[in-house]
Amino acid sequence: MSAVTYETEALTGRDFPERAREELRDSQLRGNIRKATTTIRAKTAEVTGELPDWQDLRRAGQAIKREAMRDLARNLEALEANVSRAGGKVHWARDAAEARWIITNLAQAAGAEMVIKVKSMTTDEIGLNPALAAAGIRPIETDLADMIVQLGHDTPSHILVPAIHKNRAEIREIFMRAMGLDHLGDQPTELTAAARRYLRERFLSAEVAISGGNFGIADTGTICVLESEGNGRMCLSLPRVLITLLGIEKVLPRFEDLEVFLQLLPRASTGERMNPYTNLWTGVREGDGPQEFHLVLLDNGRSRILADPVARETLHCIRCSRCLNVCPVYERTGGHAYNSMYQGPIGAILTPQLRGFAEAGSLPYASTLCGACFEACPVRINIPQILIHLRGEVVREKQATLGGRLGAENLAMQGALAMFEYPALMGLAQRLGRVGQKAVERDGRIDWLPPGLSGWTASRDMPALPPQSFRAWWRSRRGRP
Amino acid sequence: MRVSLFVTCFNDTLFPQTGQATVAVLERLGHSVEFPEAQSCCGQMHNNSGYQREALALVRRFVDVFRNAEVVVIPSTSCTHMVRSQYMHLAGMAGDYRLLDACAEIAGRVFEFTEFLTRRLGITEVGAYYPHRVTYHASCNSLRGLQLGDGPKNLLRAVRGLEYVELPGIEGCCGFGGTFAVKNADVSTAMLADKMRAVLETGAEICTAGDNSCLMHIGGGLSRGRTGVRTVHIAEILAATEAAA
Repeated sequence: MSAVTYETEALTGRDFPERAREELRDSQLRGNIRKATTTIRAKTAEVTGELPDWQDLRRAGQAIKREAMRDLARNLEALEANVSRAGGKVHWARDAAEARWIITNLAQAAGAEMVIKVKSMTTDEIGLNPALAAAGIRPIETDLADMIVQLGHDTPSHILVPAIHKNRAEIREIFMRAMGLDHLGDQPTELTAAARRYLRERFLSAEVAISGGNFGIADTGTICVLESEGNGRMCLSLPRVLITLLGIEKVLPRFEDLEVFLQLLPRASTGERMNPYTNLWTGVREGDGPQEFHLVLLDNGRSRILADPVARETLHCIRCSRCLNVCPVYERTGGHAYNSMYQGPIGAILTPQLRGFAEAGSLPYASTLCGACFEACPVRINIPQILIHLRGEVVREKQATLGGRLGAENLAMQGALAMFEYPALMGLAQRLGRVGQKAVERDGRIDWLPPGLSGWTASRDMPALPPQSFRAWWRSRRGRP
Repeated sequence: MRVSLFVTCFNDTLFPQTGQATVAVLERLGHSVEFPEAQSCCGQMHNNSGYQREALALVRRFVDVFRNAEVVVIPSTSCTHMVRSQYMHLAGMAGDYRLLDACAEIAGRVFEFTEFLTRRLGITEVGAYYPHRVTYHASCNSLRGLQLGDGPKNLLRAVRGLEYVELPGIEGCCGFGGTFAVKNADVSTAMLADKMRAVLETGAEICTAGDNSCLMHIGGGLSRGRTGVRTVHIAEILAATEAAA
């Protein structure tokens, strides 16, 4: 199997607008997402609003991330040295294929036929599960929502709550089918009890666990994983071998930096004042927890992102998912329209940078630039500015080809520019428009526009051009010709 | 004060009454208004669509045209936000530091129309009379971009005869988003549907805002649905007087 197959198996080849159109028709999905995002929005607003120093915390988080990225090489070398000193082994993965190869080999060397997994988006990013399966190793997702997605043969639609698009009744059906149950209620306690029975057997028999990580602390070699269920802690403490995949941007310089992020992340993410299960470990300790620890540090395009002075802030993301919860576009379309394990506003800037514009060039346009994400981001990533910047990259790529230069959009934009550069031409265009619109205007309204603009009139009337432009009125008022 | 009006290409072409109303209010308050005819567009459409090289030409034009203006007033929240938040970025990215300085300098003299009234002049009562039930769409650029807060609402509340009704979900985007409205017409329409539902819930006759692009979108939907609710730019409400009515 080629590398591309693992990472793009869910790809449909369609752009955001087409995928969104399909998702928008699903009234059950829209109801589920609206309910979930409205609830979490209110919760995070409450617990961030109650802190008098929330804005200072955000600035502190931003400053630490900037520092961590500025000295990335030094921080990573320190992390490697300190993890090794504590008995862990560090592996460097240039890209997804290399990371898959390293992890699969480690699991095979441990003799695993099955691995239990802690919720990790980075393992999704590299397409780890299909690679493990191809090597004869069964990956078991233990995060409740990830498990729902896996058992339902589905794909995640939210960074934090991958099964946000499913309601209780749908989850019940998935569990009954996958676990071979005859009876199951749809109450949360019944559903979680079924999940617990299913997972406990696997926790106790697994030899190898695979996790991601929220933070890697350079000066101590400590890895930090935050979770809400305790399933992660089972994975991190029971098996003999632990493999952690960490994007290189997750490094923090100092242990005390956690002071800031352990406040920022739960409040922005789940709306909790304190995170329920905060797991910290440094290497291995004899007779306690995993006896073999591997840290795989993944680049996979991150160095390239770091080289872009505007877009590099993308790497500051701590995956809290608050930008998804406040995004009016995400609220309507859900996560599948983004066709990525990273959805919503952060996905719209991260996915195209990881996969390229040929595949994900429609994502930077999947936003109204309303600014809700920037306002909500706990580390102050200026997502709207990065979206605009990436749109610029998309346009520059298009303009580099003859087809792109002759495309309708580019011609329209160049035409508009010429008009704005010569206001006399603008006056002429306004006059021509008034003549041209006679065919489509009715009572000062236009309800049909030609293809290219028909998206507007599909749902909205357009006001007809008025008899006199402002500049014409201004001239007549001053008694000039 | 000598006020230079940047009417915006959008208002110039489609909503001249908004420009006229802006002139009327400013003159009524005793200011002299000038309209430099070399002005055209702030470059927002080009910039936000990814045509930054093209936008830069319009940044230069704006700076040239308004270099000597005492203050520039713009009856559009999004165009004002473009000038204030994007001009320096564009100049910096182009490595034109002389332009960057000029943009930084001019940004302090550029005001959105309601902002000019409430923050620069410090007034909320402009002598308007408008006997209608009105709701107000805050717009993303006013709320999160320019951070105008309650200024526009206070202006409306001070209008004689006007019955102000708060729009539920006032902080939410209407779904216009420039070329987004056409490129992602379906999502844009889904967002508009929710915004229209909120407008209709208020029982208002008129939905106002500080930006005609949001209003063209909301008004276009209200018109298509034959709801009987109209959209009117806030400058036109503030320009209305008993004598004129």
